[in-house]
Amino acid sequence: MIEIKHLSKTFKTADGELEALKDINLSIPDGDIFGIIGMSGAGKSTLVRCINMLERPTAGTVEVDGVDLGKLSQKELRAQRRDITMIFQAFNLLMQRNCLKNVMFPLELQGMNRNEAKKKAMELLGIVGLSEKAKAYPAQLSGGQQQRVAIARALTTNPKVLLCDEATSALDPNTTNSILELIKDINKRLGITVVVITHQMSVVESICKHVAILDMGEVVEEGDVEEVFSHPKSTAAKNLVFPEGEEGSFCVGNQGEHFIRVVYNGAYAAGKPMIARLAIEKGIEANISYASTKGISGKAFGTILLSVSGDENIVKETIDYLTQEPGIEAEEVEVNVQ
Amino acid sequence: MFSNIFTSEALAEAWNIIRTQFPLALWETFYVTVLATAFAIVIGLPLGVLLVVGEKGGIKPMPKTLMAVINFIINILRSVPFLILMILVFPLTRAIVGTTVGTVASIVPLVIAAFPFVARLVESCLREVNPNLIEMAQSTGATPFQIICKVMIPESVPSLISNFTVAITTILGYSAMSGIIGGGGLGKIAINYGYYRYKYLVMFLAVILLIVLVQIFQSVGTKFAIKTDKRLKNQQVTRS
Repeated sequence: MIEIKHLSKTFKTADGELEALKDINLSIPDGDIFGIIGMSGAGKSTLVRCINMLERPTAGTVEVDGVDLGKLSQKELRAQRRDITMIFQAFNLLMQRNCLKNVMFPLELQGMNRNEAKKKAMELLGIVGLSEKAKAYPAQLSGGQQQRVAIARALTTNPKVLLCDEATSALDPNTTNSILELIKDINKRLGITVVVITHQMSVVESICKHVAILDMGEVVEEGDVEEVFSHPKSTAAKNLVFPEGEEGSFCVGNQGEHFIRVVYNGAYAAGKPMIARLAIEKGIEANISYASTKGISGKAFGTILLSVSGDENIVKETIDYLTQEPGIEAEEVEVNVQ
Repeated sequence: MFSNIFTSEALAEAWNIIRTQFPLALWETFYVTVLATAFAIVIGLPLGVLLVVGEKGGIKPMPKTLMAVINFIINILRSVPFLILMILVFPLTRAIVGTTVGTVASIVPLVIAAFPFVARLVESCLREVNPNLIEMAQSTGATPFQIICKVMIPESVPSLISNFTVAITTILGYSAMSGIIGGGGLGKIAINYGYYRYKYLVMFLAVILLIVLVQIFQSVGTKFAIKTDKRLKNQQVTRS
């Protein structure tokens, strides 16, 4: 359990003080995959560095399993960091060491016996699927392979928490998926709590259970991934969910049309042609003004903006028809017609 | 001035000097240079490390005054011309070696002149180490000493080697200069025979030998630096 309470971080810069984090409160349960998402400059990297005290918070506390990290001595903190390991965007492998020795690095710091360390490192290289690259140097590996080595290194000390700082941002989509699968697998198999820092929606959608949206140093929204992404409330969340701009901003319509926002909130509606049936069964012709839907773990999430011509009854009938389906919500909305 | 350089008399004389003096002189130059460089590294490497880790924001910040004093001393030693420095350190040389003349005695001023230079070279090498790697080591629970020994120095070995090569060739040049105050080696022969006794052929030959030595040090150093650098991909690529 990671508990972050009233955490603030202020940097002193040449042009005055910069409030990177403002009163952050988060609790991350054991065994969770917790996403922290935000645009560049939102304070994500600072936040993750406060979790292992690479950055000392200006105010507030970080507790891991009840231990207040801010109160530890340097020595105790170094020991604690074996339990909270980290992987990075740039992999950060030691370039002059081969893969095996990179994975052995944390064990070497602890002064573990060489043969024992080697055995453990080989075992972990096996877990990440790179046993045959043990003698290769990082420069001879692809980005995805380098990140696998970094993951193996992060696991050598049997950590309780794995912090992933933009771990897939330097990788192509296929490699990203395979690394995310690996992280998910590690979380499931070893029960390690994973904190994922990213600016990519897709990363959070594919592996996280919970998410916090960080904007300008503040947590603006937090909760279940499905819940947060299907009902984005804050501007920052909406910007992430609808990167092209919000629905109302570019739909066209005629005077006298009514707009209905249909929210897919985990509906098993993928196989049902709802809009077509609406036309056939009810004779209501709905026009799709905007749509953005995604499948998250087999369920549909997203928003469709329909426009229908006619009176209030038609609107009500449409809403009633659509909302019979579980996981679909609909409401009439005001849209400025251009 | 150089008109009598290739007369048969001059050639015979030069040959005689080469036979009798050069092997020893070459050996003296070689060991003075290597020893002075080794001592300079022994002092300069830790000092260079201190310059990087001890500064504000470094991994082991030291008192500001200490850092200022170290920087000041290094800058002073770096700015005194070697010829003057040799004379200035006479008392120290006498205290350590017992005399101020001779080949062994010339090692002391060479080390004094070279270690601040080496410290600066080490400093610039270590500054090139990717700060992300240091952050990685910190996040893994490394102590400052472990970061120095297991990250900063090993990661900069190739550039340290090429910089030490620069140091050794510079020290070779200085060692030749020490011939003026009684240091041994090729420099002494060039000055004693060539400059004081107008045997220019001997002087040129001594200089040529110095050039050859520099070439050898430089190419061995460069080769070694490339060989140790694992960032270069062109060595037995094992890509799948």
